[in-house]
Amino acid sequence: MIPIEDPVRSDIAPPGLPSVQVAARSPGQLAVARLRQDRVAMASLVVIVVMVALALAAPLLATWTGHPVHRQYRDTGLTEFGLPVGPRGEFWLGTDQLGRDLLVRLAYGARISLLVGAVSTVAAVGVGTAIGLSAGFLGGWPDRVLSWFIDTTLSLPFLLFAISLVALVGPGLMITVVVIILFSWCPIARVVRGQVIALREREFVEAARSLGASRLRIMAVDILPNLVVPLVVYGTLLVPQAVVFEATLSFLGLGVTPPTATWGGMLAEGADLYRVAWWMVVFPAAAVLALTLAFNLFGDSLRDAFDPRRVEAQPR
Amino acid sequence: MTLLSVDDLHVTFPTEDGDVHAVRGVSLEIAAGETVGVVGESGSGKSVTTHALMQLLRGARVSGTARFDGIDLLSLSNRAMRSVRGARIAIVFQDPLSSLHPQYRVGWQIVEAIRAHESIGRHAAARRAVALLDEVGIADPQRRAGEFPHQFSGGMRQRVMLAMALALRPQLLIADEPTTALDVTVQAQLLDLVARLQREYGTAVLLVTHDLGVVAQVATRMLTMYAGRIVEEATTVEGFSHPHHPYTRGLLECIPGTSTRGGRLVPIGGQPPSLLVTPPGCAFAPRCPEARDECRQALPPTRRLSPSHRSECVLPVLGALADNAEPAEPDSPTPPVVAVRSEPAPAPAGDDGSAVDQGAVLLRAAGLVKHFPGRRSGPLTRGPAVRAVDGVELEVRRGETLGLVGESGSGKSTLARLLAGLIAPTAGAVELDGTDLAHLDRRGLRAIRRDVQVIFQDPYGSLNPRRRVGSIIADPLVIHGADRADVRPRVQELMELVGLNPEHYNRFPVAFSGGQRQRIGIARALALEPRLVICDEPVSALDVSIQAQIINLLQRLQRELHLTYVVVAHDLGVVEHLADRVTVMYLGRLIETAPTDELFRRPRHPYTRALLDAVPVADPGQRRSARPVAGEVPSPTAPPPGCRFHPRCPIAEADCRVDDPALVVRRGDPAGHRTACLHPLDDADVPVLVGR
Repeated sequence: MIPIEDPVRSDIAPPGLPSVQVAARSPGQLAVARLRQDRVAMASLVVIVVMVALALAAPLLATWTGHPVHRQYRDTGLTEFGLPVGPRGEFWLGTDQLGRDLLVRLAYGARISLLVGAVSTVAAVGVGTAIGLSAGFLGGWPDRVLSWFIDTTLSLPFLLFAISLVALVGPGLMITVVVIILFSWCPIARVVRGQVIALREREFVEAARSLGASRLRIMAVDILPNLVVPLVVYGTLLVPQAVVFEATLSFLGLGVTPPTATWGGMLAEGADLYRVAWWMVVFPAAAVLALTLAFNLFGDSLRDAFDPRRVEAQPR
Repeated sequence: MTLLSVDDLHVTFPTEDGDVHAVRGVSLEIAAGETVGVVGESGSGKSVTTHALMQLLRGARVSGTARFDGIDLLSLSNRAMRSVRGARIAIVFQDPLSSLHPQYRVGWQIVEAIRAHESIGRHAAARRAVALLDEVGIADPQRRAGEFPHQFSGGMRQRVMLAMALALRPQLLIADEPTTALDVTVQAQLLDLVARLQREYGTAVLLVTHDLGVVAQVATRMLTMYAGRIVEEATTVEGFSHPHHPYTRGLLECIPGTSTRGGRLVPIGGQPPSLLVTPPGCAFAPRCPEARDECRQALPPTRRLSPSHRSECVLPVLGALADNAEPAEPDSPTPPVVAVRSEPAPAPAGDDGSAVDQGAVLLRAAGLVKHFPGRRSGPLTRGPAVRAVDGVELEVRRGETLGLVGESGSGKSTLARLLAGLIAPTAGAVELDGTDLAHLDRRGLRAIRRDVQVIFQDPYGSLNPRRRVGSIIADPLVIHGADRADVRPRVQELMELVGLNPEHYNRFPVAFSGGQRQRIGIARALALEPRLVICDEPVSALDVSIQAQIINLLQRLQRELHLTYVVVAHDLGVVEHLADRVTVMYLGRLIETAPTDELFRRPRHPYTRALLDAVPVADPGQRRSARPVAGEVPSPTAPPPGCRFHPRCPIAEADCRVDDPALVVRRGDPAGHRTACLHPLDDADVPVLVGR
């Protein structure tokens, strides 16, 4: 018999098994214990930490190598024909078409990627939660209006919309973040709305009402804490999406403008020269891939770790 | 002839917290054609045992042998097991909705079950399916076979499951809590059906249940399980009249009902053990009032009280010496009959001069109606409204306990919510001390919360799993603006009041058992010192031994805090034990109201009588002889005209179909006894009910 439980009711002992009083761990402790055993999760975490460290240490790296991010090394960083040089002692990851150090630019690019990823995810989760919570908890016409709004936003063509918006406002970091938020909150809102509709019917919400709690209090005190786990999981999965969005926009020249170093922009520059300078494509692409993969895998592991339906008894 | 013989069965679940030893050396035998009841509380390993026999446990370590008709079930390959499952051993689970596939027609599912084991044509199998449905009492089987599971009621689905289980004439039927999810009248019908089919087919039945009444009514032998072991085995008559093991005795004593009325229940103290660590001795010793040192050191010897009665307990059989470890002689005299240890009722509140003006009306409901809008059937149309509560007059007096009973669909939970002011009535009024709840604004309603509180049914669902116990209990205080400094001492005082350790203030609900959680819910309800507490099925989610603890707590709190209770329950024993007055509900109406003794001794409404008859009495000497009332509660969207019970009523007459009887005092009844029936039962129709 596999103990199958209601996703939110992680607290019930599986049928047929006694309630465990010895070492009753809180759901959080249990999840952390599971994560620590999960090699993929730990490896992903290491990649994420390395990326964050790289981003934070970008100015240090520039000082240490003596290669400021925008400095063009026309003598040492370019061949006699004006082409970029490959990885070597002075330039570990080679240089780009202007003779700039790829390693330093990659580190600065990580700052943009992670900044965009973090800011837009936090904002999207905030907007999505507020809208999903209101729609799910209030029901009735607010729900219908908000759901219609979500569906409409989801049906907008992302790139077309982004191109027109940038044409109106002009490219830049702010507009990139705004565009990403605009297209990221909808799935969060939908997930939250579904969870809230299920939570709303739970007896502890009725208990809160029977005590005289206001609707705002019920939403904040009783429902929101039960959403933390799904929000953390979906938020983690949203970060790589935002990183890819930003890279896409920058690749198309719609995002952050040169000479600011971004991974998408570096890829775009490398795309012209990939026959002679493979490193200009491979390293930024590898960075995007590593970061998104790490976040995706870590998000999956988080979801598994918090999942009460996870089969506890594994045949050995 | 022995059909199934299990020897030294062990089942262990490896979990992240360690190995859970769910079954620890179970041996049992079932003869062909007999009915064996397995009783025990949750976690005793009764379901795990049956699932292990069918190889339905994934990820568990199973050892031991199980000989079934010459084959060892536990060593069968998957393929060989499949030919046994369904065909030779059938199993019926508690929840028929999840056991039937929602996307296939019922008849098709039975056909598949037959064709999985027999090479028989589709049409022949379909004919047999229809015949089977007819046999299990499904009207119009030809048409019903073409319907989907959701179109059947819970009782009907369980009948379908039985038809499917018996389609291949298995030698053994395992019924795992088959009637737990059903109403008593439907349960009685199904138990009758199982007994009849068993007689006709000669199938042996292994009945797993937590309900001792069900075992007493249908089983020939009973096995009591505790913490993964069979602690007592006896014929049903021996087991109920001369229980030997203290656990069996404890279970029998803590059933609320007639014999315990007015007194205090004798609960089994403590909590069931964790099976992560197995004790070297008797697992029951920590809760056993008669435990000795030797009980904790080694497994007690098996005592044979008769050829059919054995018990795993060191307690002497009458006449044997205490330290005599030798099993008693088979023909030794039976142990003394355990006297019912009900303690005398304490003096009712108010007698000691406290200022409770008992008898004044605290809560009054007048013309109360609640209709829920029907399902959307089109863009602008809706189906018929669900008439959950349809005209209820009710009074609750200060200091009393009013019991509200009825089957599912009777509207009792809706009525409880109306009385608590949780939902607004469609029509009518609820008055608390003369104030109509319907005319209050939001602030007024909030003030009412101080006076009326609710204790909920589900101790798992009614506590927010992400909040600490201290803050859950403090909720009402914080909401109603208590001083922050006062909150913590008050919460700890409340925890002590309901028997919780105040040091557990900062724990999450996960760390508590079902009974302890219900105590948390009670503490929360009492935080504002309410006058009226509405208990919606307060103990139905708990095991019997824990149930008794909570019932005692509710009674003690009522005495100490001068509370008024409305207790909603489907368990008549609980209501009989707790209530001063009882009201019976059927299809949104009250059909009978009377003081508890009066109602249980002299029911006047045929439905009340049917309900009382259907309760399985935990005494094999008192098996139900009357046929259970037929049919099920009709849909509350279209209640029958006239008396709502007339389509099921055995004594209905022509006028019952037309005239809607009022709830009034009928001829010959005392003033407090009101019945909504045109032809109420006479005393002559009512046999003397012997104590349960």
